Amino acid sequence: MRRSSLFFMYLGIQTALLAAAFTHAAYQRGWRASDIAETSAMVRRLELTDLCLFTEARYTRHPSQADMHAPFQDHPMSLEHFPSGSLLGPQQGRR
Amino acid sequence: MTVGMRIWIEKQRNIIDFTLSSLARRKGKNIALLLVYTLLVFLLASVMFFTHALRKEASLILQGAPEVVVQRMAAGRHELVPGRYLNAIRGIRGVSEVHGRVWGYYYDAVMSANYTLMVPRDVSVGEGYIAVGQGISRSRFAYAGDMLSFRQYDGEPMVLTISEVISPGSELVSSDLILISERDFRKLFGMAEGMFTDIVLTVRNAKEVAMVAGKVQKLLPDTRPILKSEILRTYDTIFDWRSGLIVVILSSAVLAFVIFAWDKASGLSAEERKEIGILKAIGWETADVLLMKFWEGTVVSLSSFLAGVLFAYIHVFFTDVVLFEQVLKGWSTLYPTFKLVPYVSVYQMATLFFLTVVPYTVATIIPSWRAATIDPDSVMRS
Repeated sequence: MRRSSLFFMYLGIQTALLAAAFTHAAYQRGWRASDIAETSAMVRRLELTDLCLFTEARYTRHPSQADMHAPFQDHPMSLEHFPSGSLLGPQQGRR
Repeated sequence: MTVGMRIWIEKQRNIIDFTLSSLARRKGKNIALLLVYTLLVFLLASVMFFTHALRKEASLILQGAPEVVVQRMAAGRHELVPGRYLNAIRGIRGVSEVHGRVWGYYYDAVMSANYTLMVPRDVSVGEGYIAVGQGISRSRFAYAGDMLSFRQYDGEPMVLTISEVISPGSELVSSDLILISERDFRKLFGMAEGMFTDIVLTVRNAKEVAMVAGKVQKLLPDTRPILKSEILRTYDTIFDWRSGLIVVILSSAVLAFVIFAWDKASGLSAEERKEIGILKAIGWETADVLLMKFWEGTVVSLSSFLAGVLFAYIHVFFTDVVLFEQVLKGWSTLYPTFKLVPYVSVYQMATLFFLTVVPYTVATIIPSWRAATIDPDSVMRS
């Protein structure tokens, strides 16, 4: 078989796999819709405000409830020191 | 298909055949390039898929968040709110409902973990009982019917029975959550009756939310209202892949790759120069050599791009971002295990393509042109 045929076959397989990934994503979105609805209902019922991603500090556990100086309030001259602080981007448009 | 078109296709295929043979002759070097390129696409795509899926899920889930949360601030710190604040807010026109939220944090010295304790308004948890999130259940090996011991504010122990473990489907918001009755909460932390952690209020007309928030701040200057739109915006910007540490690390990786690609393309080996010299001597035009270089770039870029994207998809949505796990966990001992819903779009693909293929093409275009214009006579003599 010609090398170009092999290459196009390889590209074809990869493109098919990519299409399969998109199909999987669409299927998962439909399948998980009830989970999302259930979680959203829980957020409404318990009046939650944040995702539970980083539990190491107050301002990383509830970033939407933290004020801008929260990472530096532990003591005077204190620098923000939790690793997840470097992953969270600055919050915009906060009071 | 016309004869002319068939000839054109055959010419392209011949050039691709030749390009692939030429790449195979320098196997080691080209495999290294493919691997580095695939790795770069994989990293960028993983970050993009993860952050986008997380932000999308947050925006859907947090639609149910309170319309306005009012905090009280004292000396730059969050302070408990007395009941009279509720009455004051109730008097503001446009406010339909006001109530206090009772919640807080508890540091568990046994697990070195922080829990979020919350009093549900619907009184779904009886006195002496708690409902715990999956993360707590997992780390404490505690299930429905088991008892957990807490240390009260005065040092006295408090033993509470787990009535239920919150469903794993909602772990993204409830992993570290403990639902507790109001009486137990106040007893645990010594919080006086009539004091609340913060206030939640509902506004009759959605268009008036900002105005009501302004009135609250004017009436009670030591408070800080947080609107639902701000909560949603926080999660929209918080994991933005264009900000924070991620972009610093990834931009240096892209830069290193561009240097690598440029170096590889410009540092033509004597063998490659000879090859181009011979091709031109036997009648290849500069355009043909350029076409060969174009296909060389396409073969490398497309193969790496598609492979990188596929691996990233598997990494994020099948292995739960296993490689980033340590970074994301940080110092937390409690971390939710959640399966993200895959939100991928053509826009993301286009952005990724622009971020990876364009730098490679730009880095290799000038060296390719220089290679194509080599004088065959001088190359073959040297």
